[in-house]
Amino acid sequence: MKIQDILSMPAEAAGREGPSNKIVLSSRVRLARNLAASPFPGWAKKSVRVETFTHIRDNVMEVEPMRDGFHTGMEDLSTLDKQILVERHFISREHAAKSAGSGMVLSHDEALCVMINEEDHLRMQALLPGLQVDSAWQTIDRLDTALESALDFAFCKRRGYLTACPTNLGTGIRVSAMLHLPGLVLGEQINQIIQAVNKLGLAVRGLHGEGTEALGNVFQVSNQMTLGETESDIVERLNKVLLQIIDHEENARAKLLENKPKMVYNHIGRAYGILANSHSISSKETMNLLSLFRLGIDLGLFPGSRAALIEELFIITQPAHLQNARAGKLSAEKRDILRANLLRDRLVKVNRPATSGPGKPKENGE
Amino acid sequence: MLCDICKEKEATVHLTQMVEGKTKKIDLCEGCSKAKGVDDPAGFSLADLLLGLGASQEMEESDATKEKCPQCGFSQADFKKTGRLGCPACYNHFEDGVEGLLKSMHKGTRHTGKAPAVWQQTKVYVDQLHSLQSKLDKAVAKEDYEKAAQLRDEISRVKSEFSETNVG
Repeated sequence: MKIQDILSMPAEAAGREGPSNKIVLSSRVRLARNLAASPFPGWAKKSVRVETFTHIRDNVMEVEPMRDGFHTGMEDLSTLDKQILVERHFISREHAAKSAGSGMVLSHDEALCVMINEEDHLRMQALLPGLQVDSAWQTIDRLDTALESALDFAFCKRRGYLTACPTNLGTGIRVSAMLHLPGLVLGEQINQIIQAVNKLGLAVRGLHGEGTEALGNVFQVSNQMTLGETESDIVERLNKVLLQIIDHEENARAKLLENKPKMVYNHIGRAYGILANSHSISSKETMNLLSLFRLGIDLGLFPGSRAALIEELFIITQPAHLQNARAGKLSAEKRDILRANLLRDRLVKVNRPATSGPGKPKENGE
Repeated sequence: MLCDICKEKEATVHLTQMVEGKTKKIDLCEGCSKAKGVDDPAGFSLADLLLGLGASQEMEESDATKEKCPQCGFSQADFKKTGRLGCPACYNHFEDGVEGLLKSMHKGTRHTGKAPAVWQQTKVYVDQLHSLQSKLDKAVAKEDYEKAAQLRDEISRVKSEFSETNVG
């Protein structure tokens, strides 16, 4: 079994669209649940974990949206497979480090994924493109309701759903959205926004969640508190904040174009130049430049190119995806060369940014 | 586990060192570790890192006398190490310490969100029963015995319906 035969093609995954997709890349809601009668995975013996894994997996596979899904134990995945799943945001880095006694179930449309025996017995997520936090919540709520008749979830009236870590107690919900905010970064307003969002009790993190860098100007905004509020209150509050961030990002872009068009075009033009012409490029640099390229597409500087192209490049230039395409282990150096070849190849048909085209400010140099 | 130095207090500081290729372990209580100058600022407990400074302390102070969780054998020292609890029953066992922790990290300490359907039914039933009972009390106070009799019948009907649907 190879994971790339099971997952959708990167182009297909990248082509999924949703509301406000220009700025909101994806929305996610995850619920943490545990079985009442078993110790949490981090404290359970291996034999117990293996037992609970089988029990949970069998029941998850019975539920309608998961029936024709893909399931696996972590021990049956290669390191590369696991990394690919991380790059697609189906499993966490922590889960990728797990082996026998842990596993996952992924729905056929890839919108639903259940990690079994990560930090909690179940971590189930709904992942949708664009700004759809409310739909994501409703989708995962249905799965949770369908599962609770078969699995005896640890619940107490006072504390709600009981989780391994007290930070997830109560609703066990984490609502998050992945935002592309190059305007706020270039306009140097991002720190203000992060501080303001933090004050509302929401966290701002990098691409892969907790403790990761904001590569490619992609930020993840999520709730931190899970107890003392209802799920819909949390979802609604996050949604409101997201709408405001979208507004700020749009304003920042408009302002930059008005006040510093040269600076913006310079960034985008250089990004295009390097992506389309380099012969060795790191994953980190690629992500940062692709972000600027995407900004250029959003601003209409690359007529004929769609943001889905960037999304696809974003996926396939990540280390594990790149390695996978070439079957076999590659050194970081070789990967950088391969990545550059791939980018040059894919950008051959993309014309230089049309910064002096009609409708653009006149470029009367000295 | 007792402190290796004073042999009196519970050891909360566990040091592992490699000396000449051999692993040496030492377990100290808080007081002794400070006295020995091993309260290394870099050696934060994981609980503190994960849950905010002082989290592990909070757990310890309020549960200093409690033993391990009877259900799964998890101890407060384990919590300090991992920042996680051992099993659902730990929430009951370490309740006092947990309460303080929750106050500092959440909006409230009581759950107000979704509940499994079984619990929701129970809640509806309890609410219904409460409201009927208070109506009954009022009727009795007003000496409206006809109404009171109706309400009493209603209450017994609700009770029997609930026990029918929730047995087995």
